Amino acid sequence: MRATRRMLLLRIMVILTMLLGTNYIAWRWLFSLNWDAWWIAVALVAAETYSLIDVALFSLTMWRATDRPAPPAPAPGLTVDVFITTYNEPVAMVARTAEAARGIRYPHQTWILDDGARPEMAEAAAALGVGYLTRGPDWADRPRHAKAGNLNNALMQTEGEFLLILDADQVPYAEILDRTLGYFVEPTLALIQTPQQFGNVEPGDPLGSQAPLFYGPIQQGKDGWNAAFFCGSNALLRREALMQLGITRYVTEMERAVGRALAGAHRVLARARRTEGAGDPFVRAALAEVSDAIDETRAAIAHGATLGAATYALQQRIGAVSHELVAVDLHLLALDLAVIADLQAASGQPDAPSPLPQDIDQTVAALAARELSPLGALESVQALLRSIDVDRAHEAQPLMPLATISVTEDMATSMRLHGLGWTSVYHNELLAVGLAPEDLGTMLTQRLRWAQGTMQVLLRENPLLQRGLSVPQRLMYFSTMWSYLSGYAALVYFIAPMVFLCLGILPVDSTALEFFLRFLPFMIVNQLLFVVASHGISTWRGQQYSLALFPVWIRATTTALANVVFRVPLDFAVTPKTRQTDGPGWRPPWHLVRLQIIVAALLLIATVVGITRLVLGIGEPIGTAVNVAWVIFDLTILSVLVPAARYRGFEPAAARSEPEPEPERDIETDTDKDPRSCNSQ
Amino acid sequence: MQFTVDTPSEGIAVLRFTGRLNMVTAPRLREAVGTSVTAGRTRVVVDLSGVEFIDSSGLGALINGLKTARQAGGDLRIAAPNEQVRLVLQLTNMERVFTAYASADTAFDV
Repeated sequence: MRATRRMLLLRIMVILTMLLGTNYIAWRWLFSLNWDAWWIAVALVAAETYSLIDVALFSLTMWRATDRPAPPAPAPGLTVDVFITTYNEPVAMVARTAEAARGIRYPHQTWILDDGARPEMAEAAAALGVGYLTRGPDWADRPRHAKAGNLNNALMQTEGEFLLILDADQVPYAEILDRTLGYFVEPTLALIQTPQQFGNVEPGDPLGSQAPLFYGPIQQGKDGWNAAFFCGSNALLRREALMQLGITRYVTEMERAVGRALAGAHRVLARARRTEGAGDPFVRAALAEVSDAIDETRAAIAHGATLGAATYALQQRIGAVSHELVAVDLHLLALDLAVIADLQAASGQPDAPSPLPQDIDQTVAALAARELSPLGALESVQALLRSIDVDRAHEAQPLMPLATISVTEDMATSMRLHGLGWTSVYHNELLAVGLAPEDLGTMLTQRLRWAQGTMQVLLRENPLLQRGLSVPQRLMYFSTMWSYLSGYAALVYFIAPMVFLCLGILPVDSTALEFFLRFLPFMIVNQLLFVVASHGISTWRGQQYSLALFPVWIRATTTALANVVFRVPLDFAVTPKTRQTDGPGWRPPWHLVRLQIIVAALLLIATVVGITRLVLGIGEPIGTAVNVAWVIFDLTILSVLVPAARYRGFEPAAARSEPEPEPERDIETDTDKDPRSCNSQ
Repeated sequence: MQFTVDTPSEGIAVLRFTGRLNMVTAPRLREAVGTSVTAGRTRVVVDLSGVEFIDSSGLGALINGLKTARQAGGDLRIAAPNEQVRLVLQLTNMERVFTAYASADTAFDV
């Protein structure tokens, strides 16, 4: 009953916020733009529109946010693999997690997935009696796909019906499986995500590590639309769902890749047949034969031949032709082969995510553009076909169930699972406790990585365009991506008061009364909505970071765009889990936030200029007052970075008495976190 | 699950499985294909007539086997799937990759 009433109140707030917000933004666009200063006026109203859409997406999330009833107890006899992923974390930390994982009550098999292949890690695993998995020789010289690759490798070497995924620092409680496995009686359920919370965070959470709003109302809200995300750790997955995903992706990518390669081969050959060397009758016959083979293969596939049969027959035919040709002009061939080898080397960057199908397009384009001799064309066509054969020779394993299109494989994977019709659950009970970064530099690296990963997913598989997803599911994924665009809006919110205070230019063309009559009701209802939606969890720390880290968000969007469109590597960094602030010579890393310091200085200078203008009688009093208040708001936002930069890591309050303080079990602590992505900002 | 291996002619291996081809038994299929290919029998037929059930892990093992065989210059083909197996092939679109031959004997006639 109380829950129903709360939901009613929440929905009333949502409706009011949207009505007042739309009223305000419509008035801003239609009646209050200062066209004389359109450059700042349009920028500001665009930023405000961005924020309103953000609120709208948040409102939609909250519309169905409720507590789930507890699941039934799990049936006995289910098989579970517990995966602990590690790359370079200290062996002792991983061992602590592995020991706790071994102690999980429901019968299971624990595995350490060591991407660092460290002998001392293997020894620790053996000592604990848990399994130990590393990449096999198939992965040498092939894209490793970071954590997604690590998990995909382990999937092929284990056989449990369900998987529990844990980051190296996430120490599970013994009841984690008993509390969750029961959900899987629902045969369509693929994913159960539980909260992520950190045991090494000081009260006040200087680095904004905890995400009680995300791992609470927001995931519950997404869950209401069957769109709870996979967040990489503390989650259970159904193997059948992952494998099915891997297989359907394999087939889709094969069809696309084979189709494109055949079309490309056709173009390369057509060009070769027009060159001089093609006058040789022997060569001409060979080119014709291969052209025919390719055209017939395309026709066969179009008429329903399987990719396996069609590509096999094609390989055999082309193999026979090139066999006969080998002796003809070895010299000419050798020259071309060098070119082809270069092209292949250039397209096979080890860390480029998803080499398909873009690589084929690039190789085709490069080959078609070159003046290859007819023999070289034949050879290159063959190389091209080999590279796209159904065996996916460029990948360590043909099946990649965990998505490899992004450095945040988790979101991409759950989106694809939802797209196949699988369901997910968010289970709002803390069942594992981890370690958060303890210094600003590490925290910034981590946030940048998450933001980049999210942007990669947006650019590569825009959720709004995914046909398998329902409209609310599309919006739930899009909502998280949208929130990472806040850097640009923040920049405008910092610059607009500077422009007024220094130049006297107001972007809003209206009287103060008219403005506040529309703006204040919207703002107040909006803040009340946050209070109701968040169960009283403060959203302030999150709001601060979402604006104060604007350089990180902007950099994430530009680097992700460069990566997806121009294939510039992301400089991927694994988040260090150990403290970076020890040592006597330590100084707060102010250089990491120098852009924010510059902005703060400019805001202060602008305030001095604005007040001087007012004193000299040039400035306008109400406008100056409003903009000075705005500057104070901006500076309060940015001030979050001062304790963050000075933070030297976690010192447990009850310090040395207990070596392992029992972490707080209530997930709704008084720390703040922004309503954004899995790991959130 | 059990399996037998026949070598009807030079370079060809026929793997006959019975029972359930699922996440528990899939690794054995992968190993069996690997063994055949290493022994030079790179054209592999997986006879599914005795397989009553297949899941995505079973399909995954077939794809893995296909990769192993193709990289050795051979091929992997499937024969005689029952209704359930056909349905799974259809649902996952795997019927676009594998041709289901009527019997193991005819799989490499073409």
